[in-house]
Amino acid sequence: MVENRRALDLIAHLIIWIGIALVVFPLWLTFVASTLSPQEFFSSSLPLLPGGHFLENYRNVLFDSSDATLGVSVMKMLGNSLVMALGIAIGKIIISLLAAYAIVFFRFRGRMLAFWTIFITLMLPVEVRILPTYQVVADLDLLDSYTGLILPLIASATATFLLRQFFMTVPSELVEAARVDGAGPIRFLVDILLPLSRTNLAALFVIMFIYGWNQYLWPLITTTDESMATVVTSVQRMLAVGDTDVRWEEVLPATVLAMLPPVLVVILMQRLFVKGLIETEK
Amino acid sequence: MQTSAVFTHRRLPWLLLAPQLAVTIIFFVWPAIEAVYQSFLREDAFGLSRQFVGLENFTALFEDTRYLHVAGNTLVFSLGVTAVSMSLALLLAVLANGVIRGAGFYKLLLVWPYAVAPALAGIIWLFMFHPTIGPVAQLIDSLGGHWNHQTNGTQAMILVILAASWKQISYNFLFFLAGLQAIPRSLLEAAAIDGAGPFKRFKDIVFPLLSPTSFFLLVVNIVYAFFDTFGTIHTMTRGGPGDSTRILVYKVYEDSFIGLNLGSSAAQSVILLLVVSGLTVIQFRYIERRVQY
Repeated sequence: MVENRRALDLIAHLIIWIGIALVVFPLWLTFVASTLSPQEFFSSSLPLLPGGHFLENYRNVLFDSSDATLGVSVMKMLGNSLVMALGIAIGKIIISLLAAYAIVFFRFRGRMLAFWTIFITLMLPVEVRILPTYQVVADLDLLDSYTGLILPLIASATATFLLRQFFMTVPSELVEAARVDGAGPIRFLVDILLPLSRTNLAALFVIMFIYGWNQYLWPLITTTDESMATVVTSVQRMLAVGDTDVRWEEVLPATVLAMLPPVLVVILMQRLFVKGLIETEK
Repeated sequence: MQTSAVFTHRRLPWLLLAPQLAVTIIFFVWPAIEAVYQSFLREDAFGLSRQFVGLENFTALFEDTRYLHVAGNTLVFSLGVTAVSMSLALLLAVLANGVIRGAGFYKLLLVWPYAVAPALAGIIWLFMFHPTIGPVAQLIDSLGGHWNHQTNGTQAMILVILAASWKQISYNFLFFLAGLQAIPRSLLEAAAIDGAGPFKRFKDIVFPLLSPTSFFLLVVNIVYAFFDTFGTIHTMTRGGPGDSTRILVYKVYEDSFIGLNLGSSAAQSVILLLVVSGLTVIQFRYIERRVQY
């Protein structure tokens, strides 16, 4: 600003650093504790720097299928989570792309009806229709399957709206030109619209991947077979064994591993992430 | 939604819409209708008999002091989460927007908790405040306090509010920062030249201009606290001790899958459905207005 107040600027930096410390400290503590042996863990006070059992603890949970991890290695759970997250992200993008394309580039009877039907999904989060949705999935024999984990979650009003918003900015001359050159609707979608939407699709993918990875309630109720368990849900199961039996030296590394993929996605693709987050809410 | 040049096929658009509409109808619309239907029925736990009871399931809920208590908890919880996460995020966003150097770096450090699942955020905070091994609980005890959220309901509520807010700060921060960056610099410079200091500028210019963003975030945060925090509650307290951290979504889950009280859980679903519909309508009303002006 116009005035140059060094003291004020200094205070600003100081408060931001306190804020950052508050935000980062919980994770740092968790990481430090995840590298301790059980004995160190129960000793009087927690160190502030990582201990010497990093490799041992992480190797144990990743590859061993102990009782604490319910007979399945965390590697297997991470694999299940990856399948679910990718399935949800890609599924949402494909069906929303097709729906938005139909709504923007075609005139047909029932267009608004289709639009409002998709809009309604915003008002029906899984939490308010848990039991009936569970019954539908059970009737379709999809419990304990990847299809059952993914399919009910791929309807997406937000993705459809974002793509619709973007498609509406495509100049009509472009559609005209494509038509004059003899391109049909499918050709236009694949050869012109898709390349134009690349950034938007990537931003959507980042948001939807995080959404898919972090699903909790749905996998909790639709998977009972441990080999289908996703990592986010399983960490809770590892914890729910009674207070004295909790094996923190396995729970904490599993927690860190469970949050690593989406956190890495945010850090490595920060620009796409911010774009996706802010645009899906418009 | 007008693009003048369009295709005129009749069947193709429905073919393109089919997957989205099929998923929506089978897994969203149909279960919702089913929930509304079941909320008017009384059914025994074995599904042997069902009987139409009108609004009885709803009136029973509103006469149930336990349900009202849980509704009150939900209110306290969502107001707490909204207040804590929005005020901290606003403070950090205003400061990060003001500093000349390091804003990008600060942003990176502040946004990543968004990616942490609510359930995992719960585990992290549960560990920190664990009455026997948690470092923060130990610190509180060594300072002469006494922390045990497993027996103290107020402490349990504070803990779940902290865990749920922690994750949400990032989200609010990003939106406040975007809102701040949209405020024309010339406006602030003019005010500064007229002698308004940083605090006066914030109060008279920045804060009013941020009100659309704040209102939007208010709605989003309430929705988050109502619905997305199931994992936080489930990993941390399971509604306890007693009923002190039981919130509405958690009760629906319990009554559906553990209590098998079908009519009542359907009625609770319908009430939540009305809440989320109301909030969505408010949100979209406001967005339409923002687009106009």
